Amino acid sequence: MTPIETAIAEELRKIAPDIDAAEIDHAADLRDECDIDSMDFLNLVTALGQRYGLEMPEADYPQMRSFGNLAAYIAARAS
Amino acid sequence: MGETIIAKPADVRAHSNMPDYAAARAGFDWAAERALLSPLGEGRISIAHETVDRHVAEGNGGRTAIRWLGRDGERREYTYAELQRETARFAAMLGRLGLKRGDAVYGLLGRKPELYIAALGTLRAGCVFCPLFSAFGPEPIQSRLEIGAGKALVTSAALYRRKVAGLRDRLPALDHVLLVDGGEDAGPGCRDLAGAMAAEDGTGAPVPMQPEDPGLLHFTSGTTGKPKGVVHVHEAILAHRATGRMVLDLRPGDVFWCTADPGWVTGTSYGILAPLANGATLVIDEAEFDPSRWYAILENERVNVWYTAPTAIRMLMKAGKDMAAGHDFPALRFMASVGEPLNPEAVIWGNEVFGMPFHDNWWQTETGGIMIANYRSMDVKPGSMGRPLPGIEAGIVEVTEEGATEVTQPGVIGELALKPGWPSMMRAYLNNRARYEKAFRSGWYLSGDLAMRDADGYFWFVGRADDMIKSSGHLIGPFEVESALIEHPAVAEAGVIGLPDPTAGEIVKAFVALKPGFEASEELRLDLLGHARKRLGPAVAPKEIEIHDSLPRTRSGKIMRRLLKARELGLPEGDTSTLETGA
Repeated sequence: MTPIETAIAEELRKIAPDIDAAEIDHAADLRDECDIDSMDFLNLVTALGQRYGLEMPEADYPQMRSFGNLAAYIAARAS
Repeated sequence: MGETIIAKPADVRAHSNMPDYAAARAGFDWAAERALLSPLGEGRISIAHETVDRHVAEGNGGRTAIRWLGRDGERREYTYAELQRETARFAAMLGRLGLKRGDAVYGLLGRKPELYIAALGTLRAGCVFCPLFSAFGPEPIQSRLEIGAGKALVTSAALYRRKVAGLRDRLPALDHVLLVDGGEDAGPGCRDLAGAMAAEDGTGAPVPMQPEDPGLLHFTSGTTGKPKGVVHVHEAILAHRATGRMVLDLRPGDVFWCTADPGWVTGTSYGILAPLANGATLVIDEAEFDPSRWYAILENERVNVWYTAPTAIRMLMKAGKDMAAGHDFPALRFMASVGEPLNPEAVIWGNEVFGMPFHDNWWQTETGGIMIANYRSMDVKPGSMGRPLPGIEAGIVEVTEEGATEVTQPGVIGELALKPGWPSMMRAYLNNRARYEKAFRSGWYLSGDLAMRDADGYFWFVGRADDMIKSSGHLIGPFEVESALIEHPAVAEAGVIGLPDPTAGEIVKAFVALKPGFEASEELRLDLLGHARKRLGPAVAPKEIEIHDSLPRTRSGKIMRRLLKARELGLPEGDTSTLETGA
């Protein structure tokens, strides 16, 4: 895993500790893969935004649908 | 409260289905409403006939009934005539599988067209439909299937594998599992739904039902004990139809979007039945909440009437007005909200962004349909749930040992109550007569909500009379969550409360005390969270867990949730005279 993927897995574990990050299909819908609801997703994005000092506005959520999308989104913006 | 009033212009009033609330209320009569049904002879009716066949018989079979928007951009439409054929095939298949009138068919599925076909097809066959929320975990699913003795379950291969397969041997009544994506090899004890329906020609008529025959089963959580199975009858469609017309201002041909999932009562009563009974076109979005997607749907699908929930509205507000600014909603005529009280700021925000306020309304699983509402023709007091529907008598009552007494003085807080007798009133809590009878006192149905009525007759929600939690508009019973937590080997006791949250209304928070030999740690806390999520699913599991040395109990041994909540919020602890010392 890249450092960003590890960070996502760490934050995800605080919200859905029952999910094994190694089992997540990086191309599939993250909410389905991890059985998380809108609230959980919002908390995940907020935590990652704080961790990387990034604005991650709701308007961009469609670009963060899967684990892979989310990692790419952060990678493109985090310095 | 009451400082701001959103007044309705004369032309909006005049063009409403119900232009004059007072006159409609004075002239209303459920018997006249009953005469609007299209009976099937000998006083028989069917929800399936009222929602589907009737429109085909009246020459509107070519109108779109369902417009489904897939998560990845796929679109599927069903006309009323197509919906008639598909639901007839589903109903015939149930008969072929050996299901009898009154048998329970459950749905556990995301918002897929098959779920809507299953619901209406079940009603058509004279069976009872019970929706389950797909974000439930195995425990809520098992208890609900057990209590209702579900005979058939319509679900997907993934949901079945994750949530039901492991319970199957504990569900002896469950004869048939129908998978919408089963394919040839649906798995042991499962069947492919499309394959099972393929043999049917889709010409059978709805089974004529007595108005008092059960048609729908909805579960609601309790503060203690197992969830309650709320039974609704075919005649409930009278109320769905009437409230759709009077509250939602629905007209034949309207494009209507109810954002609620059919796993909850709103998504069935108003996500399926009321709009179809009124001849509207349903928009169904498979995807989860997403602000930019939602604005695009409202605009592109030319939604006329929109029924949504406070959590979603508050998330749209958070996303900002700018996001709406690029869109235009000329078709939009009416917006309503339900699930929990809509804060005044959100009502006013609606007025600024859409040029009309969100109209809050109030009802419950037990009432089957909207009971108190803000109407298109009526001035809105932001924060108020509005006034009782024509045909509905609501009151504020004081409940004592002797019974319930109405408080008519304005501004006094009491329990919100309704005079029984409306068509969509629950007819039973399944196999729980005693609990059902407890809901009625001195000629009132007691809602469990605390409210007050102002001098103009508007009702205002105050809080729950019990420990029930309202999260994202869904009622969650603390007992169900506590029961799952104490199944964990480290947990001695658990107390669960609703913690106020600016977006969800409340979130579920759990306090646990550990058994001797276990040490509190972050690892253990995460293990408890994972345990709760696996059993309960994300919709019910706590979002926060705190480990304490002990939890406050009454001398009789009950965990004092009220005290946990007061401490959490830094509120006065109130009367603690029954508190066990040392807690």
